[in-house]
Amino acid sequence: MNESKAHLLKSLNENLRYDGRGLLDFRKIEIETGVSKSAEGSARVKLGETEVIAGVKMELGKPYPDTPDEGTIMVGAELIPLSSPDFESGPPDIKSIEIARVVDRGIRESKAIDFKKLCIKEGEKSWIVTIDIVTINDAGNLQDASYLAAMAAVKDARFPKLEGEKVNYKELTETKLPLTKEPVEVTVLKIGDKLIVDPSTEEEKLIDARLTIAITEDGRLCALQKGGDYPLSLDEIDAMIGIAAEKTKELRSALKAVKPTKR
Amino acid sequence: MTYSKRNDGRKFDELRPIEAKAGVIKRANGSAYFRIGKTTAYAAVYGPRDLYPKFKQNPKAGIIRVNYSMMPFSGSGERVRPGGSRRSKEISMVTEKALLPVLNLEEFPNSVVDVFIELPQTDAGTRCAGICAAAIALADAGIPMKDLVAAVSVGKVDDKIVIDLDYSEESYDAEVADIPVAFVQRTGMLTLLQMDGPVTREELKKGLEMGREALKKIYAIQKKALKEKYTGEEK
Repeated sequence: MNESKAHLLKSLNENLRYDGRGLLDFRKIEIETGVSKSAEGSARVKLGETEVIAGVKMELGKPYPDTPDEGTIMVGAELIPLSSPDFESGPPDIKSIEIARVVDRGIRESKAIDFKKLCIKEGEKSWIVTIDIVTINDAGNLQDASYLAAMAAVKDARFPKLEGEKVNYKELTETKLPLTKEPVEVTVLKIGDKLIVDPSTEEEKLIDARLTIAITEDGRLCALQKGGDYPLSLDEIDAMIGIAAEKTKELRSALKAVKPTKR
Repeated sequence: MTYSKRNDGRKFDELRPIEAKAGVIKRANGSAYFRIGKTTAYAAVYGPRDLYPKFKQNPKAGIIRVNYSMMPFSGSGERVRPGGSRRSKEISMVTEKALLPVLNLEEFPNSVVDVFIELPQTDAGTRCAGICAAAIALADAGIPMKDLVAAVSVGKVDDKIVIDLDYSEESYDAEVADIPVAFVQRTGMLTLLQMDGPVTREELKKGLEMGREALKKIYAIQKKALKEKYTGEEK
């Protein structure tokens, strides 16, 4: 074990994080909608000093052949070099791909958006909801911040006006996205024998394993993603799910409080 | 048809409302937020740091490298595909040239000062907003500078010379010229000049003079943003 990890563990054993938080405390959560008026929906999320923006754009496309009566979502995450000395320009690397795919699965697998209502003409035309997440400042836990921003932007979104074959982006309708539930994702991390949430950049570098858990209001799990170089025991996974179930309440109430911006 | 009144009711030489803030991105060495009307820009500066690939290094002085980018949801129409386009590469290059003349990079041989410009929301004038934000961010990062650089678009809509065109003016159904300019106030020198659209020699002269006048206001706002951060007025 390297020295910085030993040092962090010593502190965690005393139930103390370097920034003074308890092991299962989130930093201050701030959510603001309507941060990009160019987008059909948008939101800024801050977890302490971590800051991300998400925006929703809607396009017309052809439904997939296996789901001719459904529209779909597309999630992208850009870990841009503006937000950290550790990020480089170029095509999305594996870290940003994972963040985007885990956000996508939380929304998709919970069936939070009624894809059938995104279909305009079966087999021919449907809405494609693109959700783009862009990092502004990386102070750790981009995964949970990205998820919250994506969901808040979805809640803020309005369909643009459809004029025949064309989308008029200048005029938004009053119609919101068909959101049936609000799943929330929380990542629980393991360092030594300690479990923590909402890691700082420093902590993130020292973790053994992590588990991102998506949970709907009724307590059902709808997506999981394990990460990190070390394995997890069944007991640990159960403990992590317990923590996530508790923590999603806090995140869900922050998300519930989100009001779409007036336009 | 003449353009007798601006779409948003501004005077012909009037800027849109401006907001500027220094030090908004903690991970960066220097950063800024700049809003002009509905166009918003972030700039972050990293460095001076080692430049790779090594063959790009200059043993006599550091270099500045700008990356201008619109966020995927920042366009007024369809989604902008992430990753560089020919347009964003050109804007990155002219932004480098607009900023370079005020920088003293001799102290940093073989190094690079990276400037990242990102726009969450756009309504024309993005390269100028990017330059204004970048200049504040460079000063915030403590890069030795001779002065700040301020930029704005000057233009001609139908028969009127105007300052700071918004998108409705850029796409106005008449003859339109768009002329982004950047000035260094202390020397009165131009460091950015581009033009799309027809004007006469006299109109250009008038436009540039109007631009320089308007930029005095932007320059004051840039300085104020830096003062607010460094005189303890920060929250």
